[in-house]
Amino acid sequence: MAAKYDAIVIGGGHNGLVCAAYLAKAGRKTLVLEGRHVLGGAAVTEEVYPGFKYSVFSYVVSLFRPHIIRELNLAQHGLQLIPLECSFTPHLEGPGLVRWSEAARTRREIARLSPRDAEIQPAFSLAMTKMAFLIKNIIDNPVPDPTSLDPRELKRLADFGNHFLKLDADSFHLHSQLLTMSAVDFLSLWFESEILMAPMSVSGIIGTFLGVRSPGTAYVLLHHYMGEIDGAFRSWGFSRGGTGGLSLACARAAESLGAQIRTEAPVSHLRVQNGRTTGVVLENGDEIEARTVFSSLDPNRTFLRLVGEQHLDEEFTNQIKRYKLRGSSGKVNLALDRIPEFTCRPGIGPHLMGDLAIAPNIDYLERAYDQAKYGDFSERPYINAVFPSLVDPSVAPPGKHVMSCFVQYAPYHIKEGPEFWPQRREAFGEAVIDTLEQYAPGLRDCILHKQVLTPWDMEQMVGLSEGNIFQGELSLEQLLFQRPAPGWARYRTPIRDLWMCGSGAHPGGGIMGSPGELAAKYALQTRGV
Amino acid sequence: MPIPTPFHPRTSEFCTSLQWKEWAGYYAIRSFDVHFDREYYAFRHAAGMIDVTPLYKYDVRGPDATAYLNRIVVRNIAKLKQNQVAYLCWCDDDGKVIDDGTVTRFEEDYYRVTSTDPDFHWFLRHMRGFDVTVENITDEVAALSVQGPNSRDVLRDVCDADMDKLKFFRTTKTRVDGGIDARISRTGYTGDLGYEIWVKNDDALGLWDALMAAGEPHGLVPAGLDAMDVTRIEAGFILNGIDYFNALHSLIERRKASPYELSLGWAVHLKRDPFIGQEALRHIKKDGPPRLFVGLDIDWPSFERLFAKHGLPPEVHSGGWRTGVPIYDSGGNFIGQATSGAWSPLLKKNLALATVQAEHGHIGNTVHLEVTVEYERKTVPATIVPKPFFDPERMKA
Ligand SMILES: Cc1cc2nc3c(=O)[nH]c(=O)nc-3n(C[C@H](O)[C@H](O)[C@H](O)COP(=O)(O)OP(=O)(O)OC[C@H]3O[C@@H](n4cnc5c(N)ncnc54)[C@H](O)[C@@H]3O)c2cc1C
Repeated sequence: MAAKYDAIVIGGGHNGLVCAAYLAKAGRKTLVLEGRHVLGGAAVTEEVYPGFKYSVFSYVVSLFRPHIIRELNLAQHGLQLIPLECSFTPHLEGPGLVRWSEAARTRREIARLSPRDAEIQPAFSLAMTKMAFLIKNIIDNPVPDPTSLDPRELKRLADFGNHFLKLDADSFHLHSQLLTMSAVDFLSLWFESEILMAPMSVSGIIGTFLGVRSPGTAYVLLHHYMGEIDGAFRSWGFSRGGTGGLSLACARAAESLGAQIRTEAPVSHLRVQNGRTTGVVLENGDEIEARTVFSSLDPNRTFLRLVGEQHLDEEFTNQIKRYKLRGSSGKVNLALDRIPEFTCRPGIGPHLMGDLAIAPNIDYLERAYDQAKYGDFSERPYINAVFPSLVDPSVAPPGKHVMSCFVQYAPYHIKEGPEFWPQRREAFGEAVIDTLEQYAPGLRDCILHKQVLTPWDMEQMVGLSEGNIFQGELSLEQLLFQRPAPGWARYRTPIRDLWMCGSGAHPGGGIMGSPGELAAKYALQTRGV
Repeated sequence: MPIPTPFHPRTSEFCTSLQWKEWAGYYAIRSFDVHFDREYYAFRHAAGMIDVTPLYKYDVRGPDATAYLNRIVVRNIAKLKQNQVAYLCWCDDDGKVIDDGTVTRFEEDYYRVTSTDPDFHWFLRHMRGFDVTVENITDEVAALSVQGPNSRDVLRDVCDADMDKLKFFRTTKTRVDGGIDARISRTGYTGDLGYEIWVKNDDALGLWDALMAAGEPHGLVPAGLDAMDVTRIEAGFILNGIDYFNALHSLIERRKASPYELSLGWAVHLKRDPFIGQEALRHIKKDGPPRLFVGLDIDWPSFERLFAKHGLPPEVHSGGWRTGVPIYDSGGNFIGQATSGAWSPLLKKNLALATVQAEHGHIGNTVHLEVTVEYERKTVPATIVPKPFFDPERMKA
């Protein structure tokens, strides 16, 4: 049997790596086991086509916690986040809409759509900033356990509640609205222009199998206001070298602190004895002993595959089975000979240096959802695209470019059945390119290479069950006390010495680093490792 | 009234923000955009290009050039090889710093000095007995600084010098774009991979155009002083007139500082022929400097809490600040001052450069910095940390 470790971290995605770094920093002998040949998981850069570095899955970084950058010295290990300049919504008619980081410029853009909306933005931002204050506390701490009678827990719960009680009446109502309303209804409380609201509302649906008019989608909008209050000061950014650059910086930090990292070491299952784990068994049969195991895989994969139902009670198993994954998005990565011009705003200028949303109006988005509800991918989908090479030339040969397109909806459960996705992949990719061609004719001629990823592919490649990009929907009933299952929101699991540290744990998905950080800190603090 | 640099026709064309300031008698751009951060990020992830013409430049030639300069500066430049650059300072008789800058040895008997202040008079004053000429070429030579991880790629594409052979703090002659004679030195004020390119004024616009064209695929962006100021703070570089004062311009002793108080002790070579300030510096070194120039990492969670008490998110200056603030020990006694600082978007740290009494200046020590929160004066703990705050391998690699 191989060396004994204090902790084995399964999965070398960014959360697993952050978790390992914190464990190693506390002096724990830590080993990371990644199944693939590259580190990063859903935050990975790969040279799929020679000279072009794709951010294969995730493509922009928003919520990565600044204190993790400080505490792990990630900048010195190569992390660089470059803020996005703007958000461009091309239209088939008219000049399109660009929301710039410069407020006055944005105001002039919006005034063309609605002079009233143009000036309401500051009030909206103010309200959202207040709300984001709440979220920050939620994101940066493990959730209190509402069922515990431990006085410390009760105090934490009270503190948690106090944040809400301290809100003035207006904010309290606002918060209730956020919890219950749809993204569109919520935005309609402020704005009148559907054209403006469309690109704003989509942040409520990313990674969920819901539409912009589905109740509960308002909450996720808040995440966009986080950056401004936590020292990031501009929320969305590119990671230099692609999102894998961030993961590699985490890996270098972990290694510099003493953690060991192995790639091409897929874990087959956990060793479980008398309700406690004692290590892992690799697919090649090797057993590695460890005092604790941290899984950064989603709850479904962790419990139903690596642990096995035989070690779990029925109620818990059922909860995990009910945990909603339902992947709904795809990805198309393109290598471009040149960047095509968008008809509504010709030229290759700063408007292409941020992100670009195909979200011309609310009905368009809702129609895209309608098709998906009945088991099809959207023929005219919502697309969020970026040209990272315009800002970070390191990801393409000089003068050439990469284009990264996040696409929704591409439901995992297509009506033929998910295993038929490979047959529909080509058609899906074509639908995306056709859609983009409408706004940027000539795009097709610029393409040197394309990589089309369906939710099925994501499951196969990085083990995201049902291709859910967040290791489980970020819908309200799956957040906070309930992520991944009621009573198990604090990284512990029903298997002793097995901890959860990936996006399937609080506070959830996105390139944040929080689940990894908080799991490690919480386990260390409670002497769990 | 300031005068335009030779790059003015281009810089003014790109400067959409109209944010200018005076720098050594020239018009200089603070930031091209309303926000400087695109320029800042370019310095760190691609390349930024800044007009550094206003730096004072003096050419020293003659058989005694080495001996003459060695009489003035604290560092033994006789050791410099041809095409090597040295960073150093020069002092008054009391060993107090007048200015810091670079000396480049182009040829056996030909040097170029750059300085922050107009020090021509100081160099002229010490010529007697040396067979040298000193020429003030400040207004005849234009300079651009191209800084950032892609700066080498930009220059490789536009000049005939072997950029891969040009080491840190070395210089070379080259021809840009097939026609412009230039000198490139691998130096800069950002603490990153970077180069400064020097040409005759008449070639300035040609140089700008060639670099912009070559830089396009490498993400080269014209940048202003605000962006550079944040990078120089991350790099822990001192600034004359801000972090210390020219001894010749200081009315009171307290304002003067020896190299040992400015973290420049390493540049002082005491064991050699006499130079200005040598005797005094010997004593200062022996007694130990009374103050130290240090880097501060201002505790962010404490800073956040001060604002949270008012229900506010933390507010930091946009860009570098240079309004000195007092520093106290844990007993509330004044022990020094922070003279400049910046929020580092890269490190996500709130940084400052400070001068503190030597006994408080050790790495790891916690001091207390004055901050103003919602109009009230408070203090926030800050840790003394090593400089540079950011030290990318590529700078010297
Ligand atoms: C297409 C797509 C686009 C996205 N876009 C964004 C975005 O733009 N911005 C954003 O913030 N977030 C985005 N996300 C979400 C974000 O990328 C994820 O939430 C985050 O990267 C998850 O990190 P993680 O470390 O928790 O898990 P993962 O990244 O899923 O890491 C799990 C790791 O475990 C490995 N693994 C799986 N099974 C085994 C096994 N048996 N043995 C060993 N290793 C195993 C996997 O290979 C993987 O490396 C996107 C996700 C996807 C899929």
